[in-house]
Amino acid sequence: MPASLQEKSASFRSADRESRSAGVTVSVAADALKRRAFLKLILASAGSLAWPYRLGHAQTKETVLRVAMTLSDIPLTTGQSDGGADGGRFVNRSLYDALFSWDLSRADRPSGIVPNLAESWSVDAKTQRVWTFKLRRGVKYHDGSVFTARDVVWNFDKLTKEDAPQYDRHQARQAANWLVSVSSARAVDDFTLEITTKEPNGTLLYELTSVFMSSPRQWEKVGRDWQKFAFQPSGTGPWKLASLVPRNRAELVRNSEYWNPKQVPQTDRMVLRPMPDATTRVAALLSGQVDFVEALPPDAVPQVKASGMQVHANVYPHIWPYMLSHMPDSPFKYIRIRKAANLAIDREKLIKLLRGLAVPAKGMVTPDHPWFGKPTFDIKYDPNAARKLLAEAGYGPKNPVKVKFLMSAAGSGQMQPLSMNEFIQENMREVGIDMSLESMDWEALRSRRMAGAHSAPNKGIHGINYSWSIQYPIFGLIGQTFHGKNRVAGYNWGNFGDPRADELAAKPLREFDIEEQNKRLGELHAYLVDQAIWIWVVHDMNPRGLAGNLKGFVQAQSWFQDLTRIRIE
Amino acid sequence: MLWYTLRRVAYVLPILFGVSIVCFSFVHLAPGDPTSAVMPEFASPELIAQIKRVYGFDQPLPVQYFRWLGAVLSGDLGVSIISARPVWGELRPAILNTAQLAIAAVAISLLSGISLGVLAAYTRRRATDRAITTTAILGVSVPHYWVGMVLVAIFAVTLGLLPAMGMAPPDKSGFGLNDLRFMILPALALSMIPTAIIARSVRATVMDVRKQEFVQTLYANGLGRRRIFLHVVKNAAPSVLAIMGLQIAQLLGGSILVETVFAWPGTGYLLNNAIATRDLPLLQGTILVLAFFFVMMNFLVDLVQPFLDTRIKRQ
Repeated sequence: MPASLQEKSASFRSADRESRSAGVTVSVAADALKRRAFLKLILASAGSLAWPYRLGHAQTKETVLRVAMTLSDIPLTTGQSDGGADGGRFVNRSLYDALFSWDLSRADRPSGIVPNLAESWSVDAKTQRVWTFKLRRGVKYHDGSVFTARDVVWNFDKLTKEDAPQYDRHQARQAANWLVSVSSARAVDDFTLEITTKEPNGTLLYELTSVFMSSPRQWEKVGRDWQKFAFQPSGTGPWKLASLVPRNRAELVRNSEYWNPKQVPQTDRMVLRPMPDATTRVAALLSGQVDFVEALPPDAVPQVKASGMQVHANVYPHIWPYMLSHMPDSPFKYIRIRKAANLAIDREKLIKLLRGLAVPAKGMVTPDHPWFGKPTFDIKYDPNAARKLLAEAGYGPKNPVKVKFLMSAAGSGQMQPLSMNEFIQENMREVGIDMSLESMDWEALRSRRMAGAHSAPNKGIHGINYSWSIQYPIFGLIGQTFHGKNRVAGYNWGNFGDPRADELAAKPLREFDIEEQNKRLGELHAYLVDQAIWIWVVHDMNPRGLAGNLKGFVQAQSWFQDLTRIRIE
Repeated sequence: MLWYTLRRVAYVLPILFGVSIVCFSFVHLAPGDPTSAVMPEFASPELIAQIKRVYGFDQPLPVQYFRWLGAVLSGDLGVSIISARPVWGELRPAILNTAQLAIAAVAISLLSGISLGVLAAYTRRRATDRAITTTAILGVSVPHYWVGMVLVAIFAVTLGLLPAMGMAPPDKSGFGLNDLRFMILPALALSMIPTAIIARSVRATVMDVRKQEFVQTLYANGLGRRRIFLHVVKNAAPSVLAIMGLQIAQLLGGSILVETVFAWPGTGYLLNNAIATRDLPLLQGTILVLAFFFVMMNFLVDLVQPFLDTRIKRQ
């Protein structure tokens, strides 16, 4: 290395050393101070970030019920919500009222319908098509205007008349199932309403539980804009919407002037949070971030209980079945095979896998339901009887019945579809039914169900594992037949056609007394069970997790629940 | 530089056009009528026809595509079938929510990834290096949503220190400490993979640069460690920047799993929702905007790189 370069290099090193040694004492002390200050800052920040979280919540004086829904968005708030039963439970029934509602005050019997905005009704005996309703007086919308019969007509037009200024196709879509039998509606006077149906329909009251009343005055006030109405809705329900952040939260405040004093909310405020992931809901409950959690996964129940939380569960009109294809190419066109499949399932063992959070199915509804009737076919686990039936039909272990079912990996009311289907597949194999499964996402499965077993995409499919609601007579029972006419769209997936069933299905539609109608529905149900039109597996018990300080919740035997009675103590 | 920039723009345009075709056609590959899943059983044929007409599903696919593209170019991403809200109205808050999370995750990733990578490179084959390398491998291998669940179990459920999910309630005072508190766990979960990737690539690049002759020359010239370190960092920056750009773009795209686990209403959560409900306009709009961000982020990285490494400009 040249001398000049060596000198240069030495001077660099020397300068570097000097600069380091000159201020060594000062810099060490300063560094130590800085470090301490920095550590304090970090600890203070971490403390302030973490410490007040639970304490801050406990200090709030206002009583707030924080609900975790299974949905991933806040359902439509304009009157006819989306999101299935969750939408109805948390938004429709909170912000709005329908002419009829469900009795959700008791847990020990299936919920029946009760008058709500309609107080009384009568049906023209001659035509059986014209209904007259006397409406409740003194009911006010959240905007202060008075509810009248004209508003009911306005709301019907909102859902059915394309040329009406208030027509909203998004709400129309949600209500399409409920007004299908209505031909017209007119206001006789402010508190008398007349509805004419296309044909006699004794189940109309059930359908009217799902048509909710939005305020025409509020709609005018927000410039006839349903988008704006969604953020400033006005119904007659027990809660008022205070704020809405789509996909994040909806805050509802108590409607202290609610017309039904028994259902004025016991909490000041209710916050609805969408939480589609079950683990997230459980964590939110256990960490004290929410107070009320929907659809608790069975595996989480022991932990939730051990943490001092409450677990509520009850049967409701839900069935986890396999809808069967009755098409000519389906083995299930033979009743022996349908019955054998029903007898092949060890439901008690399956329920143990579900930690006891289900009850064995004996049909569409539970035996204590008014629509159960007196079926003669007793659905139970009897593999020998199943083998015998299969042998009579010409099948056996060496010649199994080959069937293919559709299922989803998750979905509304589908419980634990993977493990349940695998368990049943094994049961079926043991008696001589070779059951293959095709899994798909929930919406795809929904699409395949609505298409029916006769459709091209469902060719070669003999059953569909699709949870079903039996809350409404048409949806649950009558729709499973042709009732003397065409196949009822979507409901009768398997195209079950039977003149006797059609005859029985027609009777409740012409029966206007609820008790008598229940008997007719019981006769239909008994016949459907005796014909083993589906494979009925279990009824879900819909476990819910509640914080330890929540009181007054009654889990009704319904898809809907009354959250107004919940108190925070 | 102008020529370089124009060339990059010329590359970006066909990519964006290709992205628009892919994101439109892919969502139509799913079997079945796009409206069937959202229509109830008793929907009248008139209502079904009306919905199809309004959303353009009654037209052949190429016509649908060009109509959609035309609308997109004029700033209209359509209306969600499910929520009835404009897609952009759905996307905008989701992007902002994801951006909040992404910025926090980027800060964590960059800070920890670069520090750990440099530390590992400077302690090569020693215990510190091995510990960092092993942690980085774990960081890449372990699913971040699982990490999220573990963080929730420890910090929210067991210790009760931080919220388990969601965003802070809206507050008129703007972004504050409470918002930050809700962000910590999802941001940590989200930063796991990018931290590990950045740490690994920084380690490799710094080690590579340190072996180069100019570093030996600097030592020989008697430069202090700090100054040599700065030279090393400057030379390692371009390749690290490219990797960081990709990671940042991915973070800005949101994470379906992490956002779902934390119920964080960002773009990943929105996308998950759109897939689950087959909300085609929302799905198409979200994918397109996220792909646009991704392409633009890489475009920006391409533009910045020549400033850090003049060799690229010369090429």
